[in-house]
Amino acid sequence: MGAYAIKRIGYALLTIFFISIITFTLMNLIPGGPFLSEKNIPPETVKALNVKYGLDKPLPQQYLNYMGKLITGDLGDSLKQKGRSADDIIFTAFPISAKLGGISILVAVILGVFMGSVSALNRGRFWDRLLMVVSTLGIAVPSFVMAAFLMLVFGVKLRWLPTMGLHSVTAFIMPCATLAFYPMSYITRLMRSGMLDALDQDYIRTAKSKGVGKSLLLFKHALRNAVLPVITYLGPMIAYTVTGSFVVETVFNIPGLGREFIQCITARDYPLVMSTTIFLAVLIVLMNLVVDLSYKLIDPRITLQ
Amino acid sequence: MEAFKNPFSLHLNAEDFLPAADEEKQQLIIMRESTTFWKDAWRRLTHNKVAMAAFVVIIIAILFAFVAPSFYPYAYDQQIRGSEFLHPMQYSAKELKAISAGQSVFPHFLGTDMHGRDMVIRLMMGTKISLLVGIIASMLVLLIGTVYGAISGFFGGVVDLVMMRIVDVIYSIPDMLTIILLQVTLKAPLTNLFDAHPSLGWLQAMGVPMVSIFLTFSLLYWTNMARIIRGQIMALKEQEFVTAAHALGASNSRIIIKHLIPNCISVLIVTATLEIPRAIFTEAFLSFLGLGVMNPMASLGSLASDAIGGMESYTYLLVAPAVAISLVILSFNLFGDGLRDAFDPKLKENK
Repeated sequence: MGAYAIKRIGYALLTIFFISIITFTLMNLIPGGPFLSEKNIPPETVKALNVKYGLDKPLPQQYLNYMGKLITGDLGDSLKQKGRSADDIIFTAFPISAKLGGISILVAVILGVFMGSVSALNRGRFWDRLLMVVSTLGIAVPSFVMAAFLMLVFGVKLRWLPTMGLHSVTAFIMPCATLAFYPMSYITRLMRSGMLDALDQDYIRTAKSKGVGKSLLLFKHALRNAVLPVITYLGPMIAYTVTGSFVVETVFNIPGLGREFIQCITARDYPLVMSTTIFLAVLIVLMNLVVDLSYKLIDPRITLQ
Repeated sequence: MEAFKNPFSLHLNAEDFLPAADEEKQQLIIMRESTTFWKDAWRRLTHNKVAMAAFVVIIIAILFAFVAPSFYPYAYDQQIRGSEFLHPMQYSAKELKAISAGQSVFPHFLGTDMHGRDMVIRLMMGTKISLLVGIIASMLVLLIGTVYGAISGFFGGVVDLVMMRIVDVIYSIPDMLTIILLQVTLKAPLTNLFDAHPSLGWLQAMGVPMVSIFLTFSLLYWTNMARIIRGQIMALKEQEFVTAAHALGASNSRIIIKHLIPNCISVLIVTATLEIPRAIFTEAFLSFLGLGVMNPMASLGSLASDAIGGMESYTYLLVAPAVAISLVILSFNLFGDGLRDAFDPKLKENK
């Protein structure tokens, strides 16, 4: 376990290093500086700005400067939002996204596990068919279509739910539903096949013949094994939730990190794009690491290479 | 004389050695014709109603996207003055005048958009671009993933170790973030490149966003394919026919191309098919962020995302592309699942 953990952490660090190289190289591929979009700046001013932001130094040195600051927790300044540092922007916006994403992940896992189990236990019958149709749709409908559809029906036509911001509890419903729909559908399918697999096993028959009650049989014997594939999906799900938040926060106008990221991309605010990317990438890589390491604790049968 | 033959005599009955009559031959033929792998898969596929329905939808989508536009009286970038924001089947004042004057005006079955462009032809164009993106991206993934996975799996050892570690790292890079970054940053360098080298005109015709989408797919999305192919090759290379080929002096590349890859063709087909909806999905997502195809070109994703802004008043503009994109993605997913079940029925049993 120890060696495995060290290896995984090593990979995670390597990945993060790779990402920082990619972002840095790409950002420098863009011809013209970030100040070009502002009209009629005298060349001396551009030069002064470049010196101020360290854009006049050779690239490797710029990279080292950047990484040095990054490690000490200084994510740099925004070029466009005057006087705001990247940490400031990220840490005011991120809690909102985290709350939204966390709720969505919870909803997706709980509903997905429940729906998948119901589907497996009613195999071939009405509920199974219905849930399979719903989850097939959930995998095929892009999130922004889903967001627009919900907004149109519940926000505009029925006027039940607020269409923007996160000012009330009801405002969470549509963004979370949009974010949770795809992973929920995916988990439902994973759970269904996992449950069907588990129910087919010999130990279930043994437990049944010993006279184990139905609910105990389901929750203690079948569910615990059926839920394992769902745990392996948690890593990709976190990555999906991060990118999904770009769409959801833009459509529902939520001041989270997703909307911030899209805005700084449109504004070509390089330091902010880079620090947000690195922040999100590190987040995803670390979450994946935690999920990977937790397999072993959850299922001791898995032998780790 | 035969009738009196002693049953214990060692004399052979000459009649037993006469050529068999056609009737007798018929009895020996096994009930069912022997079937090949492909025939068997095809039979299972055609018996799968869901997969066949999906296949029909895909064929209809392809006809709609590639054949129908040449018969359609409007062009995808044709802006009809005075016909902005027409509802489905509605005519503008000008067109109504033309109709009353006895001219025939082709109806706008799905209405028109803010620039007076007919939505049916826009939808055809959008389907075409989305399908092209899906198919080309999946071909790129197929090519790169197969070559990489085959080399890694075939040579094994240190080569495999290094190659798979690279895959691990690429795999754990958050793909969407990188795609967005590449889309943002590649636009300018690619435009410069096209300006400097006019010989790359065919690439330019696709447009910078398309090229950078394909580039990002070929950089990031092949890892899954490479892993699958590597697994297949590693299992196959231990088999006798590979040893036989080695003994006959076949070169490594010949063994990979002629002996190993044909044996994992079914896995290749299934994975490539399931890669198509993923690419369409990604393109739609990028279009939503304004990083996809550029106007007046359209993809299903860009049509849907363009319509989101005005969806309160012009819902019909959103409904058609949204339904189309969901239907296309759904069909490819279901068809891919059907193909997998057809090629490997063992997998289906515990589904």
